[in-house]
Amino acid sequence: MRRILLTAAASLALMTAATAQTAKVSVTAIVEHPALDAVRDGVRDGLEEAGYKAGDNLEFTYESAQGNPATAAQIAREFVGNSPDVIVPISTPSAQAAAAATRDIPIVFSAVTDPVAAGLVASNEAPGGNVTGVSDLSPIAEHVALVKEVAPEAEAVGFIYNPGEANSVVLLEYFREAAEKEGLSVVEAAANKSADVQAAARSLVGKAQAIYVPTDNTIVSALESLVAVAEENDLPLISGDTDSVERGALASVGFNYYEVGKQTAEVVLRVLKGENPGEIPVTFATGTDLVVNRKAAEAMGVTLPQAMIERASKVIE
Amino acid sequence: MSAIAFWGAVELGLIYGFVAVGVYLAFRVLDFPDLTVDGSFPLGAAIAAVTITAGWDPWLACLLAAFGGAACGIVTAFLNVRFGILNLLASILTMIALFSVNLRVMGRPNMAVFNRETVITPFYDLGLPDHVVRPLVLSVLVLVTVLVLARFLASDFGLAMRAAGANQRMARANGVDVGRQIYAGMAISNALTGIGGALFAQVAGFADVTSGVGTIVVGLAAVIVGETLFRTRALFIALLACVIGSVIYRVAVQLALSADFLFLRASDLNLVTAVLVALALILPRLRSRKVVAQ
Repeated sequence: MRRILLTAAASLALMTAATAQTAKVSVTAIVEHPALDAVRDGVRDGLEEAGYKAGDNLEFTYESAQGNPATAAQIAREFVGNSPDVIVPISTPSAQAAAAATRDIPIVFSAVTDPVAAGLVASNEAPGGNVTGVSDLSPIAEHVALVKEVAPEAEAVGFIYNPGEANSVVLLEYFREAAEKEGLSVVEAAANKSADVQAAARSLVGKAQAIYVPTDNTIVSALESLVAVAEENDLPLISGDTDSVERGALASVGFNYYEVGKQTAEVVLRVLKGENPGEIPVTFATGTDLVVNRKAAEAMGVTLPQAMIERASKVIE
Repeated sequence: MSAIAFWGAVELGLIYGFVAVGVYLAFRVLDFPDLTVDGSFPLGAAIAAVTITAGWDPWLACLLAAFGGAACGIVTAFLNVRFGILNLLASILTMIALFSVNLRVMGRPNMAVFNRETVITPFYDLGLPDHVVRPLVLSVLVLVTVLVLARFLASDFGLAMRAAGANQRMARANGVDVGRQIYAGMAISNALTGIGGALFAQVAGFADVTSGVGTIVVGLAAVIVGETLFRTRALFIALLACVIGSVIYRVAVQLALSADFLFLRASDLNLVTAVLVALALILPRLRSRKVVAQ
C-alpha cells in the first residue's frame, strides 16, 4: 500500500510540474454512446487543430460514468482534485455533477439541451459563475429556413405536437419565435396520442401550406399517417430529426455530434486563452447535416432546389 | 489520488452508508432480498430536489424523503405479506413502478439542486475547506443514524424483528407477529435509502431518475466488505462496518478512476465491483478452511 501511495504521490507531483507548459483538459460523459463519443473526439480534434496535441502539450483525460450518476459525481471530484484548466462534461448529469463539484475551475459543457433548466447557467446570454458551453437544442431556426426554402410562398406553417410532452411545448415557443422572424405564422395541431395524429394533420389542410413535426415522441411514432396526409394534400413536411426523413418526411437538418464537439473545442480554446467562462454566452450547436428525401418531395408536389440537393449530406431517392 | 478526490469518495461512501445500513437490515436482519432500494434511492433524491427547489427546508426534505422511502418499503412488504408474492419479485415490482413515480414526482427526468440551501451549506462557514466539511457533516449524520438503529435493534421490538428474520417459525411460536416485523423492517430499510438519496441529490447537485440503477449491488458490496473486515456479533460495530465497507468501496472506485492507476479505467468499474464482492465472499471461506486444518 505504501508503495502504491508513493507512486500516486510521485505521479501527482509530475502532473503538477507539467501543468506549467501544457494545457490540461478533462472530459467526461455520462455513458459511452456513439453521439457522446463523437462529441469527445470532436473536442480532441478541435483542440489539436488549434495546436494542442494530446500527449504533447495537451493533457487530455476522458472518463465515462458508465451510465451511473454516482460515478459521475466521483469523476467530477476526481477531476476537480487534479485541477485541470478546463473540465468538459458531456450530457446534462455529467455537467451538473461537475458544476456541483467546483465553483472555480472553468467548465465548458457540451450536448446539454437546456442549460438554464438544468440549472447550469443563470441565462444563456450571460451564464455567470464558472460555467458555459454548447447546447444541442434542436436547430429550430434552420428548420424554419428549410420551410422557407421548400415552400417560399407559404404564409402559415402547421406545428403538430403532443401538448403532454414538455420538450415539444418548449420547442413550440422557439419555433413560433423563429417563424415569426421569417414572416410565417404558426398553426398548432395537437394530438394527445398517436391514434390522433392523422386527424390533427387533417385539421391543418387549408390552414397551412407546410407542416413541421418537432422531435415529439408521440407524433414521430405515428409519422407514416402524417406523411400520408402531407402527400395527399401537397403539404411539404419538414421534420425536427433526420431519421424521420428516411421514413417519409421531406427534409431536416440535424447534428453531426463530431461537429458539436468541434464547436465545443472553440469555446474551450477561448477559456484556455484566459476568457472568463461566465462571460461567454452559451453557444447553440449549428445543424450541419441536411438530409432530403427526393421521393417524398415529389409526392408532396415540391421540386427540390438544386442548391439544396448539392448541400445535402444525404439524399434519399 | 488527490485529497479532493479522496474526500469526495469518502463523502459518497458515507451517503451510500445509509443505503448499506438499510440493505443490512433487509438482507441480514430480516433475510429479505429487497431490490426496492433501486427505486427508493432516486425517489428520495427526487423528493429532495422538488422540495428544496421549491424553497423548503433541506432537513424537512430529508424527512419527507425518508417517509417516501418508507412508503416504498411498505408497498413491497404489503405485496409479500398480504398476497404472498415472492419477496424478490415483490421488490422488483415496486422498483419498476417507482421509475414512473419518480418521473411524476419531478415532472422530468432530471433536476438540478446546486446553489441551493442544503443540509451541508450552513457548515461551510466553519473555516474548513468545502471538501472536508461535507464528509465531516455526513459522518456525524451517519453515526447518529447507526447509534439510533443499534439501540432500536436492541429494544424488544428490534429483538422481535431479528427473531422474525432469523427463524420465522420460532418467532411465530413465541408470539412475534412476523408480518408486522416485515412491514416495519422494510419501511425502516427503505426510509434509510430514501435519506441516502436525498443527501445524494444535495451533495452531487442533481436528482436523476437513472441514479437508482445498481443501488442494491453497491449496498450489498458495502455490507459484504464490512462483514469481512469486522467479524463481530456486536450490532453497533456490525452496522458501522457496513458504513466503513461503503466508504472502502467508494475509495476503491476512486482508485480505479485515478489516472492510469494500476492500468484501471472507469470502464473497469463493474469488474472491480464484482472482484471486490467475490473476494469478500471467498476470504471468509479460506479463513474457515484454515481453522479446520488446524
